[in-house]
Amino acid sequence: MSVSEKRAWIMVVVASAAYASYLVIILDRSREVPLALVPYAETLLWTVGGAIVASILLDIISSLFSPRSAAAKDQRDREINRLGDYIGQSFLVAGAVAALIMAMIRFDQFWIANAIYLAFVLSAILGSVAKVFAYRRGFQTW
Amino acid sequence: MVKATQVTNDIRRLRFAAGELTQAELAARVGVTRQTIIAIEQGRYSPSLEVAFHIARVLDRPFDDVFQYPPTERKRP
Repeated sequence: MSVSEKRAWIMVVVASAAYASYLVIILDRSREVPLALVPYAETLLWTVGGAIVASILLDIISSLFSPRSAAAKDQRDREINRLGDYIGQSFLVAGAVAALIMAMIRFDQFWIANAIYLAFVLSAILGSVAKVFAYRRGFQTW
Repeated sequence: MVKATQVTNDIRRLRFAAGELTQAELAARVGVTRQTIIAIEQGRYSPSLEVAFHIARVLDRPFDDVFQYPPTERKRP
């Protein structure tokens, strides 16, 4: 398995785990106060920061245990990366549009921030899933 | 579901004909990774023209011997 494919797997696992942790914490707090009033900012920043640190560490560890040839990238790797980024970006755009509309109709900032966070998470997860799928099942440039 | 390419190839057979060239050796001489050669051989990836011509050159065969495309059926008038 190439380092690029391992990186995509790491992103799927780390982004899913970080967002799941965030949801568990926020939903747990919402048992005492309404969801929109739950303090979320600090937890959101910690889970985002934790995900970044975890993915960097796992990248380093997986590189250490991979043969040197696995680090090589070629045209196919670049094309698969581009495909994944393209799919991931579509979710970012959808999230930004949703947040814009929510701001215009004066949604609570809790929901706007969470819509943006969800868009980032979906972008990371689905973009990486597309990369893994392309590596495993095939990828055509035409 | 990814639609399979119609381009087929004889890389695997030609590698053996070219002195049992391994996938790794072919990959190194073409300048791609071994995973890419495997994906091309299995029809999971269509290489660029540049890479396809390079593979044919390394195998020392005309392009048509290495890559094939099925003829389309002509519609009757």
